[in-house]
Formats: sequence, C-alpha cells, structure tokens
Amino acid sequence: MSETTLGGIAGRMPKFLRRADPAVVTAFACIVILLLLGSLYSRSFLSPEYLLQQLKVASFLGVIATGMMLVILLGQIDLSVPWSVATGAMMACAAAAYGSVGVALAIPFGVLCGVAIGLVNGIGVAYLRIPSMIITLATNAVAQGLMVVYTGGFSPQDSATAAMRYLATGFTIPGVPNAVIIWALIGAAMVFVLTRTSFGRAVYGIGNRERAAYLSGIDTRRIVLIAFAVSGGLSAFGGVLLAGYASKAAQSMGDAYLLPSIAAVVLGGTSILGGRGSYLGTVAGVILITLLQSILSVMQMPEAGRQIIYGVVIVAMLLLYGRAPASR
Amino acid sequence: MKDWRYWLAEQRGTLLAFGIFIVMFAIYSGNHPAGFTANVVQTAANKGVLLAFVAMAQTLVVITAGIDLSVGMIFTLTNCMASWLVIGTGLETAFGVLAVLGTGLLCGAVNGAIVIYGRLQPIVATIATGAVFFGLALLLRPVPGGSVNEDLADFLTGRFFGVVPASLVALLVIVLVVWVPFSRSEFGRAAYAAGSSETAAYMSGVPIRRGKFLAYTLAGLLAAIGGLFLTFFTYTGEAAYASGNAYTLFSIAAVVLGGVSLFGGKGSAIGAIFGALAFRTIGDLLFVFDFDPLWQPLFQGVILLIAVSLGAFALFRVRNRLEWFL
Repeated sequence: MSETTLGGIAGRMPKFLRRADPAVVTAFACIVILLLLGSLYSRSFLSPEYLLQQLKVASFLGVIATGMMLVILLGQIDLSVPWSVATGAMMACAAAAYGSVGVALAIPFGVLCGVAIGLVNGIGVAYLRIPSMIITLATNAVAQGLMVVYTGGFSPQDSATAAMRYLATGFTIPGVPNAVIIWALIGAAMVFVLTRTSFGRAVYGIGNRERAAYLSGIDTRRIVLIAFAVSGGLSAFGGVLLAGYASKAAQSMGDAYLLPSIAAVVLGGTSILGGRGSYLGTVAGVILITLLQSILSVMQMPEAGRQIIYGVVIVAMLLLYGRAPASR
Repeated sequence: MKDWRYWLAEQRGTLLAFGIFIVMFAIYSGNHPAGFTANVVQTAANKGVLLAFVAMAQTLVVITAGIDLSVGMIFTLTNCMASWLVIGTGLETAFGVLAVLGTGLLCGAVNGAIVIYGRLQPIVATIATGAVFFGLALLLRPVPGGSVNEDLADFLTGRFFGVVPASLVALLVIVLVVWVPFSRSEFGRAAYAAGSSETAAYMSGVPIRRGKFLAYTLAGLLAAIGGLFLTFFTYTGEAAYASGNAYTLFSIAAVVLGGVSLFGGKGSAIGAIFGALAFRTIGDLLFVFDFDPLWQPLFQGVILLIAVSLGAFALFRVRNRLEWFL
C-alpha cells in the first residue's frame, strides 16, 4: 500500500478522511517522510524492487504483529513472542527430520506448538487471573528452557522444508512474494474477524471494560483464551516463515521481534490499554518499523546506534499520540 | 486488631519469602559437597546479591503499580560503564563509582519522566528505553573487556572477619540507606498510595507524581549498584543482551516470590531480597544434585511459572465473580 492510493481514496471519499484515526494518518505520514528521507540518501529507495523487498520483510513482522494486536486489543500483552517464534521455527524444522510425514506436517506442527504456548498463556490470564505481562514472561522462559534442552544448547542444524521456503520466498503470482500474500490473507481474515464477527466485538468490549462485557453475557474468559492461542499460533507461524526465509531455525531468531511487534501495534494507534485500534494502523506501524530498520541498516548504522535510534523514535512517536489522559 | 497481628498480616509476604529462602538454603547447603562453610555462603551471597539489587529496583517500581522492563539493561549499561571508569587511584575510583551511580539515577529519572510526565504506559516505555540503554552499553563495550579496581572489588566481594560475606553487608547498608528512608518518607507513602489506588491518592492530595518519580529514579540507582557489583565479581564489562533480559525476568520472579503485589501498593523490598536469594538458591539446587546444566533454564522457567501461578490461590477467596476483573 503506497501513499498515493491512500491519498486517492481519501480524495474521493472525504468521509473516510474525516473518520480516519489521527494516529493512523500520522503513521502513514511518517512512512512517506521516511521514504522521502531515504530517497535523499539513495535513489533506489523509491524503486519498486526495493519497496516490494521491504514489504516482504515486513510481512514476517506483520504476521507476528497481527497476533500481538489481538492480545493488545484485549488490554493484555504477549511477551512470549521471542520464544514462540523460535519454538515454531525450531519445531517445524525438527518435524521435518521424521520422514515424509514429518515434512508434510512440519508447518502445522510448528504452529501447533505456538498455539500450545498461547493456550498456557490464555489459561493463566483468563482462568487463573495472572497479569498477562507476568505469565507470558514465564511461559517465554519455559519455552526457552524446553528449546535449550531439546537442542543441547546449540542452534539446530535442521534446515527448513521446501514448503516453508516456498511460503517465505517463492512466487505464486509473478512479482508478488508469497510472504506478502500470506500477510494479506491473514490481515484480511483479522479485519473480518474484528469487524464482522461477534468474537471481534467481544474483543473490543473486553478491552474497554471486561466487567461490562462479562455482565452482557460474553464468556470473556473463553475469548481471552482463544485470543492468546491465536497470538501464540501466529507468532509460531511467523517463526516458520522466518525459518523458511533463512533456510534454518536459530535459537535467538525471535528476540528481534518482541519490541517491533509491540511498537508496530502501538504506533498504529492501537491503545495499549485495549479496546481501541484498527488493523490498518497495525499495517502502517509494521511498514513504518520495517522501513526504519531498513534505512538504518542501509546507512550502515552499527547495532548500538540502531538500538538507540529505535528506542528514541518509539518513545518520541508515543509521546506524539500515545499518551494516556491526564489525571482528573 | 492487635498491633502484632496487624504487623504479621502486613509482613506475611516477606516472612513467607524468608521461610522459603531458609528452607531452600538448608537443602542447598545440606547437599553441597563442601557443606555449610563460609566459602559456600560467600559464593551464594555474591551470586544472590546481584539479583537482590535488581529485585529491589523492580520492587520500587512495582509498588507504584508500574513495571520496569529496563532494569536489566540499566544493570548491563552500568556494568559496561564501571568496566571503564571504576579503575585507577582511590580518587579516580571514587569518581568512577559516583559516575556509574549517577548514570543509574539518570536512567531511572528518564524512565520516570517518560512514564509520569509523558503519561506513557510503563511496559512499552521501559521496553523502548531498555533498547536505548542496551544500545549505549553496546557503544561502550562492543566486545567484552575492561577492568576494575581489584582492591575495591576484592574488598567488597570478600569476607569480613573471615566469616561475614562483604556483599551481604553492602546489601544491608544499601537497604538502610536507600530503602528504609524511602519507604518511611512522604514520597514512599505516596508511591504505595499511588499503587494502591491512584485516583483516591490523587483526590487526597498525596504527591503521587513526585512519589512515583522518586521510585523510578531510585530503581535506576539500585540497578546501577547491581551493575557495579557485577563488575566487581567479573572484573569485566559485557553488553550481553541475553543476560540483561534474564535479570529483568528474574527480578520480576524475585518480586513475586517476595510477596510484592504486581497490582501495586503491597509488599516490601526486604521481601523481594529474600525472593531473589530464594530464586537463586532454587536455581543452584540443580548443581548440588548433579543435573545437567542444560536443564537449568527450563528449571528456572518452571519455578517462575509456578511462582506466578501461586497468586491464583487468591481466586478461591473470591465471593463475587465480578472481582475477577480488576
């Protein structure tokens, strides 16, 4: 999605512009500014190949951020992303070692492992009423421990299956990477669920006030459980795609996705307190973060500088439009 | 209610953490090949004290119903800084220590300013500032290295009179100098009040902003003291992402074990210290029972999972289902 189509739509439908969330508009404006700044540095920033490549890289974060958004909409948070991603990738690669059946079931198995982590999170949050921040940190640690025991402390050398590589790097439609199609499909499904189903309404309701949602007859605990399971599954699926992209799984592959996935959702205007936010904003946030990372790495910024700029940019943008209301 | 019963109810979490620690340490030293000797105690104290400082830091913030996911990174940053500065003559070393502690205060103040005056959610804000702190640490120490004033380091990691571990004495001093005055001050009360019910505290004219700000700032200071001690133990500075993250995680585990409520307003740093010592001892139990060290991360993860699930027992006391939803 480029800025011109958005501008065109807004031009033809002023109502859309009036209804647009200022946070989403700001995020898209920042994307345009980043692209312009990048094009000052190098012409190739505006070339279709570069933009498509960025979209492909963004789709991994996009898949993971989709699950994160669902959880954040509930007013919770999922800090088990790093090892859900790694578990999904490593288990999918591990399953591939068990003959042709293993190869065929590699992707579902990886995703199922993520769903299992998500279910533990969901049970902890929904039924045991443990703060999500804590229980997801704990399951993250357990998943890490399991993977360390499984691999014997080393990164596994199992490589990704052909199907995983095809999903991440192949082309079904010429010119459009498969990863982008997958993100588009998952995104479309998410938009449908959030805006057209009772589950989606319940998610927003719980995010606003769980008590009220419960009293209106929603089984809030089941909804929360499902949301966490979906988040775990999507994280693991993101890991599967990443393993396909890199051709193998690595232990620390998920570490780089926790902060970006939260940042993408929050920068896209979704309230961290829950109940408010649109998927379009998350798309904007994901593209924004990916572009920022890409530009910093093209400028050959060392890791230290990247971390600093990254943290500062996120705080600065949140200060622009992510602030909580003042005390009464 | 009688005074002592009130006191008992207030300190239940702390006493429980103390009990767990005593039991765990008894099992640990009972099965240790060397037995309960000054050496074993010193090693255990040195390892436990690092986490204790970071857990104290986390406690201050958790009491205000916030969370500081950057404590581990402040710890790492100050470790890298100390490996440059805490070296040389006595005066230079003293200046280095002050600079490191000042950096910790500054990091904490930045967190506090962003969360309180910037009105951002502590989780997101401190994850982001944590990235910045880690970036700075990486700038200081792209590769592990550096050194420290070894006289001071050996003095603070050794033993007094051959029996008392110096690190424990240092911990006690810090508790007396930082925690006790803070928790008894107006601002400490404000921090508790803000964690208990921010609206009510605000309405009663309690200085919640200054109280919370002071809590975040002192948390930075305590994390920096932890980083300083890490340098004393290892003689080097290292910008290790995994270790910084692990300390953040373990500090939360220690706080929970120490009976500090994650919803704010309840608990004390003393409890968190015993929580930290207990958590470390549990992690080390594997070694005395000759398990493969590979299992340690899983074991610690499971302990953490159990520790946080213990809070669920409160659900049995819930009479009205609406109390599920805070």
